[in-house]
Amino acid sequence: MEEHYQHLYELLSQVDGYIYPNEIEMNWGLMIVLYPYITGLVAGAFILASLERVFNVKVLKPTYELALLTALSFLFVATLPLVSHLTQPLSAYRILITPNPTSAMAIFGFVYLWYLMVVLLLEIWFDYRRDFVIWSKSSIGFKKFFYKIITLGINDTDEKSAKRDDKLGYFITLIGIPSAFLLHGYVGFIFGSIKANPWWSTVLMPVIFLFSAMVSGIALVMVIYMIVSWVRKVKIDMPCLDTIAKYLFYILIVDFALESLDQIHRFYEAEESFDIIKVLVNGKLNITLLVFQVVIGTIIPLSVLGLFQVYKPSEIIRKISYFMTGLMVLFGIFFMRWNVVLGGQLFSKSFSGFTNYKINIFGMEGTLMAAIWMILPCLILAFLLWLMPPWKKTPFPS
Amino acid sequence: MDRINKNRRKFFQTSVALVGGTIFYSLIKPFEAIAKETTIEKNVDKPLWGMGVDIEKCIGCGKCTAACKTENKVPEVPFYFRTWVEQYTVKNDGTVKIESPNGGIDGLVQSVPDEDIFKSFMVPKLCNHCSNAPCVQACPVGATFVSPDGVVLVDETYCIGCRYCIQACPYGARYIDPIKKVVDKCTFCYHRINEGLQPACVEVCPTDARIFGDLRDKKSKLVKFLQKNQTQVLKPHLNTHSKVFYNGLSSEVK
Repeated sequence: MEEHYQHLYELLSQVDGYIYPNEIEMNWGLMIVLYPYITGLVAGAFILASLERVFNVKVLKPTYELALLTALSFLFVATLPLVSHLTQPLSAYRILITPNPTSAMAIFGFVYLWYLMVVLLLEIWFDYRRDFVIWSKSSIGFKKFFYKIITLGINDTDEKSAKRDDKLGYFITLIGIPSAFLLHGYVGFIFGSIKANPWWSTVLMPVIFLFSAMVSGIALVMVIYMIVSWVRKVKIDMPCLDTIAKYLFYILIVDFALESLDQIHRFYEAEESFDIIKVLVNGKLNITLLVFQVVIGTIIPLSVLGLFQVYKPSEIIRKISYFMTGLMVLFGIFFMRWNVVLGGQLFSKSFSGFTNYKINIFGMEGTLMAAIWMILPCLILAFLLWLMPPWKKTPFPS
Repeated sequence: MDRINKNRRKFFQTSVALVGGTIFYSLIKPFEAIAKETTIEKNVDKPLWGMGVDIEKCIGCGKCTAACKTENKVPEVPFYFRTWVEQYTVKNDGTVKIESPNGGIDGLVQSVPDEDIFKSFMVPKLCNHCSNAPCVQACPVGATFVSPDGVVLVDETYCIGCRYCIQACPYGARYIDPIKKVVDKCTFCYHRINEGLQPACVEVCPTDARIFGDLRDKKSKLVKFLQKNQTQVLKPHLNTHSKVFYNGLSSEVK
């Protein structure tokens, strides 16, 4: 407790202007930055997968299962930072058993479960079921046990059953696209619907969150695809990588346009909150917004990817550029979440001053914890790739 | 084989029944809340509590803040307040200085030299007990609610500490109690008003700057105050239907 108070006294000494006395403690920290970030990665990765499946972009086939497994790995972790930030984490289940129908936050549990159980798990299951049956015959030990259980006793491998799986999987993807839109658009609404906070309260917030989610998810799958190929020592499918980069470029344009529109609108209307927001953008968010999010996360990737649409340098240069661009986009979107979540709490609702945010290394809200939540899905993905490698699937019809 | 199939069918049937039941329950749940809400609105035989604040009378002594902290066991550190007093000083150059050191608990002292002051006044703040409360709308588990007599309360046994209500409150009236680890806020001293007493802040105010009463009782001091004065609520554009009314509210106050 003493340590907590000491931290608050330190923040109190850094208050700039006037803030309401209850506003010294920043209520949503790094964990809530991670929450929309991770959820966004899930939605984005899934949408990349559906490009192949529903929109028939066949050239993306090498990343189809990889994108689905990436989405699943991150989805497993998505709620953990959220729950760990509650002051009563053991009571989190109350959101599910007694949801308040007027709360924008209450539906998240259901949207999450729908997405996990109905969309992702089912789609992956239909995609892998036939392989599970085949693999269960050729493997031993844990793998054999797992494959046997996961087939749920449906052991057909004939053409008819494979076609049925494919049809059902396609149908699930059809449901999956609006679900992915819902999942992340909804996360945007959690912030966008807070009328008390002018930095959040914009009708564009769900759309901005959605497009930034697609951008980050596609960049993540692109980077993971390259890493996995290097680890497996196989040749990267360049037409596939070029196509991913092309989609990343297009969606990044839409994302950038939407975010710019939001800011231009805000600045042009210059409502009551404008003065404080102007100081916020030029002051406390200067580096994270203008340098990290806009220059590193958007302008440079847009320029590189845009250039490659008209001029194609050698494969090796493209590979390195795509890898770097992917990382930069991921970095930029992380800071986009940062700027939304923390930026919205840095200024007082009295519009007359600022509090400060001091990032800790240790503790539930610290950087170490954040690193764990980001590494964990990567480990889950590595495990899933070991358990159900997309490259060992039996093509059908063979 | 047949037996296995039967068992499997039974397992699936049970699972579907369970999942379906849960989904069905969550579907009908909203209607229960709507039904409840209409009964609250019809609760006309109960009082509807509200507060008036006469800015012209407030001297910034901070007794209200101190009494509130003692009465409601609010931690004695300068980060948590159920009520506080702000001092506004409009300077001759047009700039506005707002101060509330430690919520004004030790009495507010003017820090601007007399010759620079255009005007100065004190504004006591507290939860506005909105009828259209953004915090009640936002709470994901329904732990915060409007009581039948119009007071916004928190069920501290049910709050999960997500802090969404703190984000939703435009007035900065909520905080996480560092000891109870749940959200806390002004209750109009609900335990006192139910006994026919005044809230602690009203009780101790030496200048009667705070007027507490029943908005439905035409003879109450509060209704008389509203009748006699041109009152305003804070941030009216947010349409929260606040039940704390200010007399003499200047446009500098946010």
